[in-house]
Amino acid sequence: MSTETVEKEPASKIELAPGVGGGGEIPTFDITLKVRRYNPEVSDDAHWDEWKLTMYGTDRVLDALHKVKWEHDGSVSFRRSCAHGVCGSDAMRINGRNRLACKTLLKDLDTSKPILVEPIKGLPVEKDLIVDMEPFFQSYREIMPFLISKGHEPSAERLQSAEERERYDDTTKCILCAACTSSCPVFWTDGQYFGPAAIVNAHRFIFDSRDDAGDMRLEILNDKEGVWRCRTTFNCTEACPRGIQVTKAISEVKQAILTRSV
Amino acid sequence: MSKTLTPAGTLYRGREGQWSWVAHRITGVVIFFFLLVHVLDTSLVRVSPEAYDAVIASYKNPIMGLGELGLVAAIVFHAFNGLRVIAVDFWKQGPRYHRQMLWGVVGLWAITMIAFSIRHLSHVFGG
Repeated sequence: MSTETVEKEPASKIELAPGVGGGGEIPTFDITLKVRRYNPEVSDDAHWDEWKLTMYGTDRVLDALHKVKWEHDGSVSFRRSCAHGVCGSDAMRINGRNRLACKTLLKDLDTSKPILVEPIKGLPVEKDLIVDMEPFFQSYREIMPFLISKGHEPSAERLQSAEERERYDDTTKCILCAACTSSCPVFWTDGQYFGPAAIVNAHRFIFDSRDDAGDMRLEILNDKEGVWRCRTTFNCTEACPRGIQVTKAISEVKQAILTRSV
Repeated sequence: MSKTLTPAGTLYRGREGQWSWVAHRITGVVIFFFLLVHVLDTSLVRVSPEAYDAVIASYKNPIMGLGELGLVAAIVFHAFNGLRVIAVDFWKQGPRYHRQMLWGVVGLWAITMIAFSIRHLSHVFGG
């Protein structure tokens, strides 16, 4: 066995200016974070609190909120769980639009102006950025978000073709963060409206070939406060952190109500 | 930490969809109030044709002429955008192209209004 001389790694083809470090060095920048505060035990009025923070280029709005809570004011309240865009806990209004704080990078926002963070609209605020989600989940429960099948239990899997699965693929992505429902102008003024999230989750079962309660769900959504309240403002589609085509799903449910025997 | 007291929260920053809906609502309300007055003044002809003529004659001034221009602007937008809303609900590709359709609505509205303004304003101000 011949001994091989270990070759040195080839020099980088990119010329780095002196002073520029290797990996691991992340640019920092200063931001002003304004959070809408509300504490019913102290005052009935909400107000804005403001912090100046030095953040990294890889930081998200959630990191800025953590920095405030951990280093400046522990009383700032917000929900978050997974912090990676899966659990749907930290939907909030960031610079006037519903976003997940854990999926919004600070560098993508205009850092020359204060970054405004408010609770989502249309649901009662409990404290700071925490809202009462009960009306939202009530609508969700009403559309029966579970498989209902008639006839015999199959002894094996319930089979479905790839095309049948594709039919409702988009609406399976919902994480129930309420960004869509609380972006809807109809929901803000009419809390009885089912809201986009409930309709999306109804769509997920209505168009599932294995489910037999589609007509029942269509009947529920054919209500005065059902799909016909939708005014196609597309706020929901634009707010959805999972990129679900919410308005399209709602209009498909409208069509289904009109064309099926309901 | 500094405290700034601003009572109201911010307005929701919707995009084309939200603002076209706001415009649709406002033009709808404007048209409703016009129709209210329009039904009243037209029904005057049943009361007395002279009263009707007097009311209609009182409309023939530049301020009402500009008001008519605004009314037609509202009606034309409401009509074209109404067709867009129908397309969003009933055309399969509607939700996908709603933004492009809105630019179409704005374009058609502008063309209609330019043509109408030339003719209408020359009547109002040309005598």
